[in-house]
Amino acid sequence: MRHLLSTKALTRDEAIGLLDIAEDMAAVQEREVKKLPTLRGKTVVNLFFEDSTRTRISFEAAAKRLSADVINFSAKGSSVSKGESLKDTAQTLQAMGADGVVIRHPASGAPHLLATSGWIDAGVVNAGDGTHEHPTQALLDAFTMRRRIHGAAARGKGLDGIRVVIVGDILHSRVARSNVWLLETLGAETTLVAPPTLVPVDTAGWPAQISHDLDASLAEHPDVVMMLRIQAERMHGAFFPDSREYSRLWGLDDGRFAQLPATTMVMHPGPMNRGLEIAAAAADSPQSTVREQVANGVSVRMAALYLLLSGGLD
Amino acid sequence: MARTVLNQADVQRALTRISHEILESNRGSSDLVILGIPTRGVDLARRIAAEIRRIEPGSTIEAGSLDVTMYRDDLARTTTRTPHPTELPAGGIDGKTVVLVDDVLYSGRTIRAAFDALADFGRARAVRLAVLVDRGHREFPIRADFVGKNLPSSTDERINVRVAAIDGEDAVTIEGGR
Amino acid sequence: MAATIIRGATLPDGTRADLKLEGGLIAEVGSIAGASGAETIDADGLIALPGLVDLHTHLREPGYEASETILTGTQAAAAGGYTAVFAMANTYPVADTAGVVEQEARIGRAAGYATVQPIGAVTVGLKGERLAEIGAMAASQANVRVFSDDGFCVFDPLLMRRALEYVKAFDGVVAQHAQEPRLTQGAQMNEGALSGELGLAGWPAVAEESIIARDVLLAEHVGSRLHICHLSTAGSVEVVRWAKARGIAVTAEVTPHHLLLTEDLIAGYDARFKVNPPLRTAEDVQALREAVADGTIDIVATDHAPHPLEAKEVEWDAAANGMVGLESALSVVQAALVEPGHLDWAGVARVMSATPARIGRLAGQGADLVAGVPAELTLVDPAASREFGLGDLRGRSVNSPYLGRTLPGAVVHTFHQGYATVRDGALRPADEIAALAAGSER
Repeated sequence: MRHLLSTKALTRDEAIGLLDIAEDMAAVQEREVKKLPTLRGKTVVNLFFEDSTRTRISFEAAAKRLSADVINFSAKGSSVSKGESLKDTAQTLQAMGADGVVIRHPASGAPHLLATSGWIDAGVVNAGDGTHEHPTQALLDAFTMRRRIHGAAARGKGLDGIRVVIVGDILHSRVARSNVWLLETLGAETTLVAPPTLVPVDTAGWPAQISHDLDASLAEHPDVVMMLRIQAERMHGAFFPDSREYSRLWGLDDGRFAQLPATTMVMHPGPMNRGLEIAAAAADSPQSTVREQVANGVSVRMAALYLLLSGGLD
Repeated sequence: MARTVLNQADVQRALTRISHEILESNRGSSDLVILGIPTRGVDLARRIAAEIRRIEPGSTIEAGSLDVTMYRDDLARTTTRTPHPTELPAGGIDGKTVVLVDDVLYSGRTIRAAFDALADFGRARAVRLAVLVDRGHREFPIRADFVGKNLPSSTDERINVRVAAIDGEDAVTIEGGR
Repeated sequence: MAATIIRGATLPDGTRADLKLEGGLIAEVGSIAGASGAETIDADGLIALPGLVDLHTHLREPGYEASETILTGTQAAAAGGYTAVFAMANTYPVADTAGVVEQEARIGRAAGYATVQPIGAVTVGLKGERLAEIGAMAASQANVRVFSDDGFCVFDPLLMRRALEYVKAFDGVVAQHAQEPRLTQGAQMNEGALSGELGLAGWPAVAEESIIARDVLLAEHVGSRLHICHLSTAGSVEVVRWAKARGIAVTAEVTPHHLLLTEDLIAGYDARFKVNPPLRTAEDVQALREAVADGTIDIVATDHAPHPLEAKEVEWDAAANGMVGLESALSVVQAALVEPGHLDWAGVARVMSATPARIGRLAGQGADLVAGVPAELTLVDPAASREFGLGDLRGRSVNSPYLGRTLPGAVVHTFHQGYATVRDGALRPADEIAALAAGSER
């Protein structure tokens, strides 16, 4: 694998292969020595044009546990406001000998540009681009689901027949996009639940059902309910009247959570707005995978970095 | 054309002999850990463990596996390798005698990587090496303690080890060269 | 200047004729006997078109000379078969005073590759707040008749109404950039299935269509002429068709790229394909082609929009909108309209020369190729085919969406004011052309 830019481009074999390697990486996390020498001498740059401490430290831990040297490059602000272009930044990293670049960028497609421009030879991992994709988040979500369902026998398996409900701001969510494609590839059935204002105008090509009725979707007792974070800035875009109404209609509150079977997983990519899209009872319940998702994030990112940076030949 | 060097019976005989030798040098199966190196070494290790249980009634020894992919020194020189699980016996390796089992001993690089991997799991009292075939051409000062068959070969020959659990039959063949 | 005889050209109506150019005019059309001293051009297999007229060009001078100058922009025009370009007002300073438009026209005349007809801004500084000095620009030596805030929509309905009314005094026309600003805040590409997938903010068709609908009704109400820039959607075509059926004095233009390219090209986030209005769907392209064929859309105009490399070699959101188009326009029209049978060459002459000249009230351009009219013409080889490359671009910027694409047809010769600006496919040098232009002014 040369780059990891989107889940849409992943084949089932590639996706399951990556999740299987993540299982091996997870085993390393349980050892006393949590470090592998695999990427010794390699340099991974975390190129973050957007603040995201959670994602950055997850990638940082992943790279360090594979013995790579990590350089954190915080380039907040777009190229236009900052004055330095993505091209100049890329060429700087190239000159520094970066083997892998983990990029988080507010503009959709920026990782694609970095990977295809010829400015840099490094493998590129998309750590979230605009409202496009966040592939490692979807992979860690799938990894978390697969582990909960199959346990120690997860290796080699997909998510066939698993029913997943994703709730929230689909329109602006890179997490939702990456999940939709990956879940389809792994054989799961996805329902997207959101107010009509927060769904793209044309989702005919998306392998997912669209619903505007959370209660009806939960009544079908899905295997997984994934709540998305509602961004503060959406409150002012006339996407919905106010946070109270959003919470009442689209939030996983105590009442809705109580109706779910005890086997239904409750997921959230974090950071959570407790009391808005998810009630504390749901977030802290044994059904919640939130903390597992964080731990699994490191394993999945180790797998991704391993696949991108270990092979010298394609 | 491939030429058969060891057939089914030869392989089984070799494993039985290696098992006896391991027991003899370790004075029994206590504090013994048998670890196969994926992929075929794992099956050979399981069979050696089974032999030991047969030879020494009361022994409950089970083989584990030690994946060395992440410790190899040639990761940047080949296509990406798919790692395999590492499974250690419940007691770990601290203070134990570890016998590493692999199918073919060649350059010694795999075993060198195995030493690094092993060190990350604990401190073995001693580490021994058992291989089904030793074909020579070492690039490290490594030698096997237990050898099924010494098979001097030229570097342009290919040694293929087939084991029943993976390939449907036991056989060692050699092909290529002059 | 010696006479030029063009032998055996095919006229737009399909007939073959010789043309004699003399004294800046087409002196004779028909079967012309050999004249001593006359230069002869063999035009066997070439189509003679009246010099192309672009109602929508961004020449970038004054202010953005790193992207294009009046000289380089008109060189690109000549290479594309154009003999006149209307220069949009979004320069720096903005072309909202008589001084700026006169300067542009003067520089264009001196350069000599094509007539530069400035367009005046509708509002001061293109800010959409108060009317620019439209009358002063109309009465200036630049003789401005087309007014546009292109790049920005004249969004305030009252201001638009006043502009439509006011230009009537000068037989002017307002060319509207139809884009509802609120519906397109942060918009990055056509809103549809692909924008949702790529995570690029959607630019809905209704943002264009609603402004066109409003403006045709305003034009009807005040009895004014209205021109719609760069229609890009099937819905816009429907609105204009309705307005024309009602007898409203609206004209409409489409760009070559909206006739050939679709939004699918954006999937690789290559900012060469970022343009305002955005590339739309295959259904829109089909509707636009049919609208040119049936006359709903009156003209093809390039919206030639040069940008430096650094404005395009960036992430999609940060990239500038726009494509260069003068050099490729005729080839794209051949591919999109002529070859599929929507338009014959007489139709090409109409939508790329005669009608734009008429909408812009530009005398001396767009005339049928008959004896006595100014010698403004281009000779095209329709049988040519080439992979469009950097060498085909003659302006200062290279932001063409066609690089690497095979396009039909080639401009072989272009004549402006009776002299060749392009000979045998090659642009003639600037000093020669400037000297010829100075000579023809006397």
